[in-house]
Amino acid sequence: MKPKMTRPPATASPRPRAACWQLRLYVIDRTFKSVTALANLKEFCETHAKDGYRITVIDLLRYPQRAKADQILAVPTVVRRLPKPMRTIIGNLSDPGRLLAGLDLHHAA
Amino acid sequence: MKKPTRQKTSSPAARLPRCRTGIQGLDEITDGGLPRGRPTLVCGGAGCGKTLLAAEFLVRGAVLFDEPGVLMAFEETEKELTANVASLGFDLAGLVRRKRILVDYVHIESGEMQESGEYDLEGLFVRLGHAIDSIGAKRVVLDTLEVLFSSLPNEAVLRSELRRLFRWLKEKGVTAVITAERGIGQLTRHGLEEYVSDCVIMLDHRVNDQIATRHLRVVKYRGALHGTNEFPFLIGNEGISVLPITSLGLNHHISSERIATGIPRLDAMLGGRGFFRGSSILLTGTSGTGKTLVSANFAHAACKRGERALFFSFEESPNQIIRNVHSIGLRLEPWVKRGLLRFHSARPSLYGLEMHLATMFREIAAFKPDVVVVDPITSLMDAGTASEAKGMVTRLIDYLKASQVTSLFTSLTQVGHALQQSESAMSSLMDAWLLLQDFEGNGERNRVFYVLKARGMAHSNQIREFLISNHGIDIVDAYIGASGVLTGSARVAQGDLEKAAVLVNQQEAARLKREVERKRMAIERQISGLRSDYEAEAVELRRIAEQVGTSTLMLTNDRAASGRLRQADVKVAATTRGRAARNGRES
Repeated sequence: MKPKMTRPPATASPRPRAACWQLRLYVIDRTFKSVTALANLKEFCETHAKDGYRITVIDLLRYPQRAKADQILAVPTVVRRLPKPMRTIIGNLSDPGRLLAGLDLHHAA
Repeated sequence: MKKPTRQKTSSPAARLPRCRTGIQGLDEITDGGLPRGRPTLVCGGAGCGKTLLAAEFLVRGAVLFDEPGVLMAFEETEKELTANVASLGFDLAGLVRRKRILVDYVHIESGEMQESGEYDLEGLFVRLGHAIDSIGAKRVVLDTLEVLFSSLPNEAVLRSELRRLFRWLKEKGVTAVITAERGIGQLTRHGLEEYVSDCVIMLDHRVNDQIATRHLRVVKYRGALHGTNEFPFLIGNEGISVLPITSLGLNHHISSERIATGIPRLDAMLGGRGFFRGSSILLTGTSGTGKTLVSANFAHAACKRGERALFFSFEESPNQIIRNVHSIGLRLEPWVKRGLLRFHSARPSLYGLEMHLATMFREIAAFKPDVVVVDPITSLMDAGTASEAKGMVTRLIDYLKASQVTSLFTSLTQVGHALQQSESAMSSLMDAWLLLQDFEGNGERNRVFYVLKARGMAHSNQIREFLISNHGIDIVDAYIGASGVLTGSARVAQGDLEKAAVLVNQQEAARLKREVERKRMAIERQISGLRSDYEAEAVELRRIAEQVGTSTLMLTNDRAASGRLRQADVKVAATTRGRAARNGRES
């Protein structure tokens, strides 16, 4: 994939210069579920990812080919691109404990 | 969830539109194909060919029916799939390049997925929808959805999403094939049949007597008549072929042409003209009765007519047959060289029945013979159960009859077996049945031969003796007399006895004839003696008569002379002459 295509409109990147955490959130449309997921993710990152983070939101409705390219089935899905290894969490992220375990932020921090 | 709710629509107008699979035989069983625009579930155990069936459905659709397809693979990558189906002669990569097929490999590793809060599978929908729209797909394969059950943590969500998925597929109007693992006590491991209720096909790979056979069964087909039997199917190098038994009707074209068997006396026994073309002939006999020789004769006769003969041998190699029949003066190798005769030899245990059948079908289709010999069919019977074998023979005969091929099957009967009983399964399928039998006795073993049945022709009911010499096969009349059927040296001895009796009779007759002749001659001699006696007497009588006549005349003359001397008148003379005559008579 070309970098251009992998950089769809980023909606939230409060501290882009020190993006130690690269997270991608795959959603479909601006549904309640999508909005909740993004809000939950942001809140979570503010609390835990102190070194800085960048969230890229990808709307599969606009970029359906990304579903195949990035192996997405469930929505919402959060993929931790960096640091390695990749982690995948599905759901609207309403359970911070599971999210913490999934993103393994403790360890990485 | 086995709900046998088969709603068979009675009016033809309500017939569901079909989507032809292009898989050999499957469209026949399902009366035209899978339900168009609806999902079909294909379930079965590991390694029974689910993925191949699904892949062939897509490939055939793209190649034959101009219907592009999407293959969503959950288990195998595109590369693996391409390699797997390449063995069936499918160019998946090429079809993908030409955008006739789109393969989407869904990779899920359960270990790296965590769940936090609510979610749905809209991503899958988007992905599939995008794939369908990008190539205008009419067919979709999901292979195997059940992987999701092990990778997604929340089964309740998954189930509701699957329900939604199948509804969505229907709305999309695509014909979908969903594969699933077979479960214990239900059709699929995760009960997918609950969601896919239109058509369910079950595949099975069973091992009987160490030989595996694949079976296909249409468990359910809503709103349609379909064959409910299990049909053997096989995966050959041209894809899957299902072999339906019952879908072939008994409506072959029938020929009344007759063909010679290569044994003139046998032709004579069959109304003088041999078998009907396109008929099936069973030749049974114990070992060493000459079945292969009769078969070889049959093939030889066909080649001599310029026809093509295909010889399936399950016991001997081609060279062995050629050498052995050469001993009775039959030369087959020229026919082989001229391409009129072809041998196909294989051990029956080499592979399962259905594979044998497929190989035979392929050989027959490729060689296009007029005559087929299967020697012996009983060897094949050992490769499967009796009913399977019967089904196989039925299909083979149907196939041969449909293409007007005359077939000769030899069958080896066990010594001491009830002959009719052991062959009853097969004989009903055959048009003619010849029997070769051993007669033991008198310190020797002789072959006899008879026609047990021959449909639609007058045939001899006699038991004949079957002789094999280095000039070939000969059928001679067995001696049938008061002491039963005599064969071999007993027949010859009986013949000698009869000859002796005839000789005695002939001598007696000759003696009688001589006697009569002698009597006749004796009588004739007597007759001639009598005749000579008679003739002698007759001569004597004549002499006396002449003497009397002469003396009378002399007397008269004397009187006349004396009268003249006495000068008597003429009148007196005349009167006295009359008187003299009277006197003469009186004297």
